[in-house]
Amino acid sequence: MTAESESFQLSSGVTVVFEAMPHSESAAISVLLPAGAIRDNAGRVGTASILTEMLPRGAAGMSSRELCAALDNLGLQRHLSNSSAHLTFSGATTADRLLHAVPHIAAMIRSPHLEQNDFLASRDLVAQSLMSVEDEPRQQLSRMLRKCAYPAPWGNPSDGEADDLPAITLDDIHEHHQRYCSPRETIIGIAGNLELSAVRDSLEQAFGVWSGDELPQVACGDVVPSPCHVHHKSAQTQIGVAWHSVPVSSPRYYDAWAAVSLLSGGMSSRLFTEVREKRGLCYAISASLSCLKDEARVMACAGTTPERAQETLDVMVSEILRLHEGITEEELQRCRARARSSLIMQQESTSSRASSLARDMYLLNRIVSLDQIHEHIRAVTVDSVREFILQHPPQDMTLVTIGPAALDPAITQGAAS
Amino acid sequence: MRFEHRQLSSGLTLIAESNPAAHSVAAGFFVRTGSRDETPAVSGVSHFLEHMAFKGDELYSADDINRIFDEIGARYNASTSEEITMYYAAVLPEYLERTLELLTTLMRPSLRQDDFDMEKNVILEEIGMYDDQPSFTCYDNAMATHFCSHPLEQSILGTNESITALTSEQMREYHRQHYHTGNITLVVTGNFELETLLHAAEKYCTRIPHGEAGRPLPLLQPEKRIRLVTKEDAHQQHIMQMGCAPAGDNPLRYPAELLSVIVGDDSGSRLFWEIVDPGYAEACDLGFSEYDGVGAWMSYLCCEPETAAENLERCRLVLEDVISNGVTAEELEQARNKVAARVVLRGERPMGRLSSLGGNWVYRNEYRSVAQDLQVIRSITAEQIHDVLQQFPIRMNTTVGVGPLAELTVH
Repeated sequence: MTAESESFQLSSGVTVVFEAMPHSESAAISVLLPAGAIRDNAGRVGTASILTEMLPRGAAGMSSRELCAALDNLGLQRHLSNSSAHLTFSGATTADRLLHAVPHIAAMIRSPHLEQNDFLASRDLVAQSLMSVEDEPRQQLSRMLRKCAYPAPWGNPSDGEADDLPAITLDDIHEHHQRYCSPRETIIGIAGNLELSAVRDSLEQAFGVWSGDELPQVACGDVVPSPCHVHHKSAQTQIGVAWHSVPVSSPRYYDAWAAVSLLSGGMSSRLFTEVREKRGLCYAISASLSCLKDEARVMACAGTTPERAQETLDVMVSEILRLHEGITEEELQRCRARARSSLIMQQESTSSRASSLARDMYLLNRIVSLDQIHEHIRAVTVDSVREFILQHPPQDMTLVTIGPAALDPAITQGAAS
Repeated sequence: MRFEHRQLSSGLTLIAESNPAAHSVAAGFFVRTGSRDETPAVSGVSHFLEHMAFKGDELYSADDINRIFDEIGARYNASTSEEITMYYAAVLPEYLERTLELLTTLMRPSLRQDDFDMEKNVILEEIGMYDDQPSFTCYDNAMATHFCSHPLEQSILGTNESITALTSEQMREYHRQHYHTGNITLVVTGNFELETLLHAAEKYCTRIPHGEAGRPLPLLQPEKRIRLVTKEDAHQQHIMQMGCAPAGDNPLRYPAELLSVIVGDDSGSRLFWEIVDPGYAEACDLGFSEYDGVGAWMSYLCCEPETAAENLERCRLVLEDVISNGVTAEELEQARNKVAARVVLRGERPMGRLSSLGGNWVYRNEYRSVAQDLQVIRSITAEQIHDVLQQFPIRMNTTVGVGPLAELTVH
C-alpha cells in the first residue's frame, strides 16, 4: 500500500534513507548530526546551541548573506535545531530544486566559517532566548521536567544553561564542530519526487569524501531531584509529571504507545475528558512519549490557575494511576484509527517523511515501512496494553511545578492526598 | 485540480477543490464572525461559542462528538480570529460524509446551561495561559491600541470580567445573529467524489438557517499612540509596532506581502541582517495583516530592555531607507522564490490548502488555484512594490511594549 524506502551508505559512512514520493511536487531532507547537547562539556552546556546558531553564518567560499540568498532562491524552507542527541538540519522545496541545495547544505555542515564576530552575536542570541524562556512558565516547564526525568547529559536542556554561556569560547565551538559534525553516525533522510540514482550521486558528491574520528561514549550523570518547584509570579501554575516507559526498540513499544494514546491521544482520551471536559480544570493538558535511543519517559503536562492546581494534579495523577482499569476495545480502536490516519497523512508531506525516515533509522538502525507500523498497531490488544501497564506501572514519578506556590506531591509518591 | 462552486438548497455556499492525488480530504466551515463583530458587553463570545460548538446538540453529546471524531481518526479543531471562526477536520476519504455530519452539528449547538458553566472555567484558564505569554499580551494590547474605537480593537479571548459576566442567553442571541447561510461557507479540498460530497452537504446542511451577510467596515483614523504594560520581573522586552497597510480587498496585498518578506521575514530580511544577525535582538520581524476593509503592518521586536530604544531606532532607520530607496531587483527575486516555494509546500496537504481556499473566498469571493497564485507572485514588479510604499509607507503609529520598561522613547 505504501512506497518502499531504501537505505544505503556513502563512502564516508554517512547513512542515507530515501523514499520516492512520485505524486508529490516537493522534496525534503533531514540531516541528523551526532552533535547535540549531550556532547556539551560539563560547565559548558549551550555549546551545541551556539554552534546551531552559527552554522548558517557563511560557509566555504560564501558569506552568510550569499549562502542565505542561494538557499532562498532555491526556495528552500529550512530549519536548524538541536536536541539532546542531534544537531538537525531540515529543509524542503520543490522537487526540481532540492538536489541543487545539497552542495550548500553540505558546505554549511562541513565548512562553516565559525568566526569570532558571529560567535559573540550567536552567544548573545542564545542568552536572550534563554531569558525569554524564563519569562514563559510553560516553556520553562519542559526544560525542568526533562532535567528531572533524565540523567545528565540526556536531561541537559538542549538550548543551553544561562550560567554556562560566559565560559564557552570560540575554541569550544570549533572543537564541538570538529569532533561531532562528522560522518560517523550521521543520518540523512530524504523523501520526495526524486530518482534514487540522482539522490545517490548528489549526496555522494557532497558528503562522500569526509572523515571523522570515532565518537566517544556518553557517560551518564545525575538527575535533578524532584519534586521540584520553581517560583514564578504567573497567572497559572504549570504542572509536569514524568515516569519510565520503553523506547522504540523495545518489543513492547507499541503497547507503550497505545497506553499513552489512551491517556492523551485525542479529545476523547482520558486526561482530556476527565480533567478538562468533566471538571473544566484547565485549557491545555497532554501526555506524550519521549523517546531516546535506549530510554523513554512519558511526560504529562497541564497548566491551571493556582487555586485549582492541587485538584488538577490529583485528578491527573489518579487517571494515570488507574490507566490499566477498564480499557475497552472501542477505546483502543480509536487510538488505532487516529494512528492509521496520521500515518497515511504523513505521505502527503515530504518533510514529515524525511524526518521520520531519519529518526527511525537513528532509533532502530533499520527502515520501518508505514505498512509495518500499521501491522504493529493492528496487533496491539486490550490485554497486551493492560499487561504492559501492569508490568511498567507509572511509579517513581517525577513532579515539577512552576508558579506562585508548590503543591502537595503525595499523590505522585504512591499515597492519595 | 478541479474547482466547484455550488449554492446548496439551504442557500449555503459550498466551494470545493478536488485533488485525486491526495490521501486525505479536509473540510471546514468558515463562519464570517469573530471578535470584531462583538459588542464590548459580550467580549470573547465568538471564541467561547467556538468551544461550545463542540458540546453537541439534541442528537450528539459533547462526549459523542469527541468520540466519533476520534473513531474516524480525524485531525480536527477550530479557531477564532478577529474576523473568522473556522471549524475543520482532515480525514481519510471514506469518512467525508460522517465528518460533514459532525461539522454541521457544530454549527447548531444546543448551548446547554451546564455545559456553558463548565466550559466557562476552561475559557478562563485559556485566558490565564495567554496572560503568561508576554508576546501574546503584546499582540492583544497592540491590536487594542492601534484599532482604538474601531471594531478590530476587541480582544479575541475577552477578559476575565467579560467572560465571567457573559450569560448563555447572550451567547444564544449572538449565535442567532451570526450563524446563518449569509455568513457561513463550506470549504472542502483534497480527495473526494463530487457526488458523495454534494449528497452529504445537501443532506446535513439544510439545518443551517437562512440569513444575509453584512458587517460594518469603518475606516481607521490612525493616531500616534504608545502603551507600555510593565512586568517588573520579566527579563526580555517585547515591542510591537503597527501602521496602516492595504486592506484584504486591495490588489496591492500581494506586493505588500512580498515587501514584508523582503523587509521583515524572520531570516534573510533587512531587519534580520541589521538587528538579529548581529545579536542585538532575539527577534525582529515585520508582518502584513489583511482584514475586512483595513490592513496593518505589524513589527515585533524582542530584546533586552536596555537596548529596546536603540533597537527601535535601528528598526525605524531600516524602514525609512526602504521607503526612500525601495528594494533591489535581487531582493525582489529572492522574495518571489521564497514565497512561491511556501505556496507549493503549504498547498500539498489538503489541511494546508483549506485555509487559503476558504480565506480567499470569504474575503474576496474568488478562487485561485496554486498555479494562479504562483503566477501572481512571479509577476510582481518593483513598480508595484513602489506603489505600496507610496500609498502605505511602513511608518508605525502605534507602539506597545510588554516587559520591564516603564518608559520608552519612540522617534
